[in-house]
Amino acid sequence: MKNAPLPDKPFRILPAVTDQNAHFWCGGKYDELCFLRCDVCATYVHPPAPVCPECLGRELSPEPVSGDARILTYTINHHPWIPGFEPPYVVAIVEIDEQPGLRLMTNIVGCSPDSVSIGMRVEAVFEDAGEDGIFIPLFQPHRDYAA
Amino acid sequence: MNIIGEKQAAITGIGQSAVGRRLGRDPLALTIDACLDAIEDAGLTREDIDGLSTYPGGSVPGAPGFTGAGITEVHDALRLNLNWFCGGMELPGQLGAVVNACAAVASGLATHVLCFRTVWESTAQGGGSRKGIGVGSGAGSGKFRARGATMEYTLPFGAASAAVWIAMYAMRHFHEYGTRREQLAQIALNARANAQLNPNAVYRDPMSMDDYMNARMISFPFCLFDCDAPVDGSTAIIVSRADAAADTRKTPLRVEAVGTALHGRPSWDQFDDLSTMALRDAAAMLWKRTDLKPKDVGVAELYDGFSFIALAWLEALGFCAVGEGGEFIEGGERIALDGEIPLNTQGGQLSGGRLHGFGMLHEACVQLWGEGGERQVRDPALPKVAVAAAGGGPLGGCMLLSSER
Ligand SMILES: [Zn+2]
Repeated sequence: MKNAPLPDKPFRILPAVTDQNAHFWCGGKYDELCFLRCDVCATYVHPPAPVCPECLGRELSPEPVSGDARILTYTINHHPWIPGFEPPYVVAIVEIDEQPGLRLMTNIVGCSPDSVSIGMRVEAVFEDAGEDGIFIPLFQPHRDYAA
Repeated sequence: MNIIGEKQAAITGIGQSAVGRRLGRDPLALTIDACLDAIEDAGLTREDIDGLSTYPGGSVPGAPGFTGAGITEVHDALRLNLNWFCGGMELPGQLGAVVNACAAVASGLATHVLCFRTVWESTAQGGGSRKGIGVGSGAGSGKFRARGATMEYTLPFGAASAAVWIAMYAMRHFHEYGTRREQLAQIALNARANAQLNPNAVYRDPMSMDDYMNARMISFPFCLFDCDAPVDGSTAIIVSRADAAADTRKTPLRVEAVGTALHGRPSWDQFDDLSTMALRDAAAMLWKRTDLKPKDVGVAELYDGFSFIALAWLEALGFCAVGEGGEFIEGGERIALDGEIPLNTQGGQLSGGRLHGFGMLHEACVQLWGEGGERQVRDPALPKVAVAAAGGGPLGGCMLLSSER
């Protein structure tokens, strides 16, 4: 994971950062993609919740993952939904390597939209939102592809 | 004990206001038009109405025109004396409001429930291209913050429309099953062909495969014609207790079964199966509550907020196997008015207008009552059983209606 400045940063609608979600939205400052993890059975939980969905354990703590993931599905968006967030851009749902079903919606950056495919390996990269300590977790083609 | 309470419910009347682009009319007036139309259609008077149900309720911040009236406005405008009422959007899709009404009459809380849904998105959104969720109510400015799982984990990524979310489900279906845009096109082409026979449909010009393939891309694989058309309009449905339905004007349409299940996570991006959506569970539940089978259904009115959702409903309801929807609709013959399973006979929401789920149920009733005019399905007799379904993503509900006693 590299906290690299990305070209052409779009206008983003930012999340409301709370005590519950700060580990996810702000962990990028330290190049970390963090999720809550159950202290008892080690299940990652996302979005954050005050209970483990597997064992109903009530103690969960933020923990970084590798940031490596696979694209489950994506779309190339062409419509200007948000002024300042100019299409085309890729919206994807990625699954984090550490746990089947641990997934999030994101953008695929650092490559041509036409080069994106389902099953493609990607890695987290963070965009400094410049407000509220937020670093947006985005994904780019996995470093293995560059080798 | 296996209670199937919805069999105690019947649809006895339907109503609809004017439907169109930018009508510029008071949405409550549209609602009252539809409600009075439905009461009259049932042969009832407003004094008979003792229940009121709606989706999504009177106010949905950040979604201009998404709702035109809530329970309170209609209750008061018509000075109804209600024994039961319910409005909201945390439901199994838009038809959840009608299912609630079925449950209310089955449990004796009400006798005749007026259900309604009003949209005025065309007027409220004004000119220009469709805007993202929340944009216009502050999300386009730097001060706005996205809250709640649906908004918080989608809007920061520019995924500010269900078009983007559902395009990803379509892409997964394309990937898993080899579905192609030329196949998906048939949902839009069929809708347009049917709309040409419906004087109330908003888009009635002919549409060719070339028109579809050359249309402006919205979010791949969805082009403009894969996305429904925002309109102004209101739809009303009367749900009556079966024994009380005997006194109404028309043949009551028995509610044979409903499906409301959601067994996966209630989330646009966390639902386990990205290509079936919540429709899977709702449809499976419906068939567990009836002896009827998909082959008994004469007409299907399946939500097409985006074309792919109708394809997914066809699969979920078992008109074809999961994954075979693309092949099933290829060429369009099977879903045409004279096909195996006539689909979205009024033009769907794609060409008929986005009445948001209630229009699908309304049309199912139109077809069972033989009121479809030029678009009426005859095989050669009128269809006896219809399915109406609404919702996509983590929202889904469906109803099976029968005109047979
Ligand atoms: Zn646990």
